[in-house]
Amino acid sequence: MQALYAQLLVGLINGSFYALLSLGLAVIFGMLNIINFAHGALYMMGAFTAYFLLSLGGLGYWWALIIAPIVVGIFGMILERTMLQWLAGLDHLYGLLLTFGIALIVQGVFQNYFGSSGLPYAIPDYPQIGDWRGLQGGINLGFMFLPIYRGWVVIFSLVVCFATWFLIEKTQLGAYLRAATENPTLVRAFGINVPRMITLTYGLGVGLAALAGVLSAPINQVRPLMGADLIIVVFAVVVIGGMGSIMGSIITGFALGVIEGLTKYFYPEASNTVVFVLMVLVLLVKPTGLTGRAA
Amino acid sequence: MSALTDDTLPVTPRAMRDEMIVFAAMALLLALVPFTGIYPFFVMQALCFALLACAFNLLIGYGGLLSFGHAMFLGTAGYVTAHALKVWALPPELGIVIGTAAATLLGLVTGYISIRRQGIYFSMITLALSQLLYFIYLQAPFTHGEDGIQGIPQGHLFGFLDLSKPTVLYYVVLAGFLGGFLVIYRTINSPFGEVLKSIRENEQRAISLGYKTDQYKLLAFIISGTLAGFAGSLKVFVAQNASLTDVHWTMSGEIVLMTLVGGLGTIFGPVVGAFVIIAMQQYLASYGQWVTVIQGVIFVACVLTFRRGLIGEIAHFLRRSL
Repeated sequence: MQALYAQLLVGLINGSFYALLSLGLAVIFGMLNIINFAHGALYMMGAFTAYFLLSLGGLGYWWALIIAPIVVGIFGMILERTMLQWLAGLDHLYGLLLTFGIALIVQGVFQNYFGSSGLPYAIPDYPQIGDWRGLQGGINLGFMFLPIYRGWVVIFSLVVCFATWFLIEKTQLGAYLRAATENPTLVRAFGINVPRMITLTYGLGVGLAALAGVLSAPINQVRPLMGADLIIVVFAVVVIGGMGSIMGSIITGFALGVIEGLTKYFYPEASNTVVFVLMVLVLLVKPTGLTGRAA
Repeated sequence: MSALTDDTLPVTPRAMRDEMIVFAAMALLLALVPFTGIYPFFVMQALCFALLACAFNLLIGYGGLLSFGHAMFLGTAGYVTAHALKVWALPPELGIVIGTAAATLLGLVTGYISIRRQGIYFSMITLALSQLLYFIYLQAPFTHGEDGIQGIPQGHLFGFLDLSKPTVLYYVVLAGFLGGFLVIYRTINSPFGEVLKSIRENEQRAISLGYKTDQYKLLAFIISGTLAGFAGSLKVFVAQNASLTDVHWTMSGEIVLMTLVGGLGTIFGPVVGAFVIIAMQQYLASYGQWVTVIQGVIFVACVLTFRRGLIGEIAHFLRRSL
């Protein structure tokens, strides 16, 4: 049973990354009509930013959690201003091709300097309060041993996901955003700067990816290709869940992570493929995706 | 609605004649290659990829379907042909037939699944399906995982064409390429191809005119997959191995890049694009991962400034369809 709980926890962690990444993809797609193939590369950049902050600047994990999403978000906004904005009005496929090219460039550059092997990134050992050494160590829950860092990733991701949901569904800014998704021309006529909103949206989506990268750095190591395979799984998650609803992305992401974790326990050979197989089944039964309207 | 080919020209007898002239010139030039001292291995490899890119272009250029998983046909046909030649010791012609048939079957299954969604979702689904196959091949015993199938015997085609001789192999590959190219050309200019183009331009209207568009898209997907598989089977004789790189998503990306560079929806563009990209890889091989970076830069540059591609720009300049 210990192993089952451990795999469930791994599943929840992967689910956190799926949720954070597919959430960003959905938000970006809503505003820019672009499937951001560079999402995996920007996730990787988030992890590398954390690594650089520590090794070059001496700034630890907690700083990285704030700074990396901002740095990568600004990088994303520069990409949007210099390249993506010129695709407005063209077929959606060009957005996919352009961001695929960006992903190749970013991953290629990092591979040149860091090869394909992983760089270690330690779990933070501060703040130290009594017996607590930051997020290191674990708690015995009776039925399983819970590494604190892993529990932290799941809870923190859930908080970020729901904060994003709240921002978009419940605030004034989110209302502008949703309105601009429906009808940008009309929203502009009301005096709202839609192009700036589009840039900020891309920055937000990309920042979420970078945040996921920082969270994953102590678990999965920092590797140039860490986002390359992940993004394809996230695409399958997006196909399953559809990109119509924020809550749908969050729930589908976590659910698929858990299913993947269970597969690792019961039938490990299929753990790489289970998400894709589920995608096939969903397409056969309900082609529009679980939460989706037709696209 | 589709902005992929914003300046489609009508097919006229003159356009057909132009295309046949270019085709004849291309065939003649390629037939002369063994007499020029150009490294035949390079040209054979480029021809396989040219056919692959043409097959891919049939979907995107004429059906408006961007498949991001065409490597799965290349890899599947390659593995099956390699296995048939090496383990079952079948003659080359049977190896090619079985490999291509495997790709046809794969096209039927994956096409049935992926055409259920349009546009951007179609691309993501094909990518995910090819990744699924990648992991299956990674674990399946007959592919030998990371090692791949090595040292494949080339044998005698139809019993008398010795494929281990580079010149013989070259003409066999060239014949295969030209044959596949003509099949695609015929498909594009058939009534079936016209319906396909109408689906690309406006699927709703095609449905309202009574066409069962899903069946057309599925058939186009199967034809494209079959020809891509045929290219994969031919490539086995050139490279004498079948490995995981042929099924990887980077390969699917390269196929897209070749077609984009040459010109989406042009007849000769994918051929030119394949030669450009393969030559680039050849000359830049010593630069390691910078090749990936350069490919990315070409992607970005093509999408931002050069959407018609090489042949598309020439065709636009001449006001001809090429």
